[in-house]
Amino acid sequence: MYQYIVKRLLLVVPTLFGAAVLVFLLMHLIPGDICELRMAGEGGYFDPQAIDDCRAEIGIDRPMYVQFFDWIWGIIRFDFGTSMWTGQPILYEMGLRFELSLQLAIMTTVISVLIAIPLGTISAIKQDTWIDYVVRSFSIAGIAIPSFWLGIMIILGILVITQAWFGIPWMPPIKYVPIWVDPGYNLSMLIWPAVATGYRYSAVATRMTRSALLEVLREDYIRTARAKGLLEKVIINRHALKNSMLPVVTVIGIEFAFLMGGLVVTEQVFNLNGLGKLFVESVINKDYTLTQALVMLVVTIFVLMNFVVDLFYGWLDPRIRYA
Amino acid sequence: MAVSEVQVEAAVEEFAERAPLPLVVLDLIRRQPLGTAGAFIVIIMILMAASAEFIAPYDPIVNDFANMLLAPGAEFWMGTDEFGRDILSRLIYGARTALFVGFSCAFIGATAGLVLGVASAYFGGTFDLIFQRVMDVFMAFPLIILALAVVSILGPGIQNVIIAITIPFIPNCARVVRSSALAIREIPYIDAARALGFSHARIILRHMVPNVMAPYLIMITAFVGQAILLEASLSYLGLGVQEPTPAWGLMLSGGAEEYAESAPWIAIIPGIAISLSVFGFNLFGDALRDALDPKLRSQ
Repeated sequence: MYQYIVKRLLLVVPTLFGAAVLVFLLMHLIPGDICELRMAGEGGYFDPQAIDDCRAEIGIDRPMYVQFFDWIWGIIRFDFGTSMWTGQPILYEMGLRFELSLQLAIMTTVISVLIAIPLGTISAIKQDTWIDYVVRSFSIAGIAIPSFWLGIMIILGILVITQAWFGIPWMPPIKYVPIWVDPGYNLSMLIWPAVATGYRYSAVATRMTRSALLEVLREDYIRTARAKGLLEKVIINRHALKNSMLPVVTVIGIEFAFLMGGLVVTEQVFNLNGLGKLFVESVINKDYTLTQALVMLVVTIFVLMNFVVDLFYGWLDPRIRYA
Repeated sequence: MAVSEVQVEAAVEEFAERAPLPLVVLDLIRRQPLGTAGAFIVIIMILMAASAEFIAPYDPIVNDFANMLLAPGAEFWMGTDEFGRDILSRLIYGARTALFVGFSCAFIGATAGLVLGVASAYFGGTFDLIFQRVMDVFMAFPLIILALAVVSILGPGIQNVIIAITIPFIPNCARVVRSSALAIREIPYIDAARALGFSHARIILRHMVPNVMAPYLIMITAFVGQAILLEASLSYLGLGVQEPTPAWGLMLSGGAEEYAESAPWIAIIPGIAISLSVFGFNLFGDALRDALDPKLRSQ
């Protein structure tokens, strides 16, 4: 196991370094530089002095390699610089929103698991019946329906239903309160985006559960279990599901990694002040230092999460770590 | 040579004996009900996009302040938006935008991935190793994050959106194609081609690329749906296709949310269009994969 961890880790470091190079190049190989681009957007004329000041301020008047290593050194110390738009340290801006995004990602993952595993299991047991077709269509639809539209529909539904039942339209609260301060308030705000996105992410996991379970159900030991007269329920729950969960766990882990930064559009729809919304705002406001830092944060979470999933997988299935 | 003649004869015979079209379609529906449904949606969408000028009842761009926020009715079948523009017409023209972005991204991204993936497998060695690591780096970016990062540099607009969506597709396709191409490289006819003194470019393009068409086509159909969804997301965020171009994602931003309660059709209709089209491409792609991938077919 120790060797396996080291081997995996050796893959993580160059990937992260490569990602840092890519993000850095993306932001520096643009025509002109970020100062020109930023100011040119505000009108035809701009003061050359202002551009020089801007360059000096964010340090892009220095040689490229100096800037790069300075940036990398900053990342290692968790110092991402200051936002060009709010003037606050980027770490502070991220810290304000991290909690909300993390909670939303966890809730979304939980909901998607709660949808995916039962549906995938039913679909596999009832393979090629109408139940299977309904479940598969439901999950393909989940991939096709944009979660932001589903979000709009959910908000609309809440408005219409509360209007009809209580006479006054109710909207989920907008201001974030941590779950340990006021759980009811917190959940009444975050459950809707979690459902909208959870449905979408359940689709892949449902299909994975179905196909993995179908494969396992054809194994010899399942036949043995049936032959010795075990209840079908026991066979599915104790023998089949347990062994088919491996690929499902991987998919869910990767989805969770994606959700940490991928809730860009959902947060916009529900007007949640999370990392995704910050990312969109940084792009709209041409806040390049913030965009750069956020891309790097998302990629780091993504790569590390994949690393954890790999380790987990290797821990669950010894065949993988000795391969 | 003899083999190809036999094949040609077989093809001719098959052609001669081919059942009339309605029967073929019926057979297809029976064997691939979901795939046919997908193909049907895709065909409708293409027809809508191709004949937008003829079937759209109104101009999709011109504002008509006398008819703002009208509910669906006899005159405007799907109602009007906050600028008095006919939603049905914008929907029809929007199909054109969606398909243009979808196909451009899918085709360019998959083709670039195809050539790079095959080249990587063909050359092997250090080139392959470095290429693989570079692809790893690209794959570490969630799709929408990389696309947004590119938009942040290039700015919004339809061309930039196409570039932004295409870039993440390239490593995706390259990786899949590379694994197929690795197997092909080991087949003796590639050695034969090399022994005949063909150039690398010729071997890659004429001898290897045609043999990895199956994963390539599967990737293209998968990409079209993804690209339509991504374009809609970017446009919804205001970072994609810009007003007044009719685009489904754009139709969902602004007025759609503002008037969600009083004029819900503005928000409901474009979302159905996006969902249906992506649904169609996904179903079609799944059926195509079943048909083209021999490994899956045998199961």
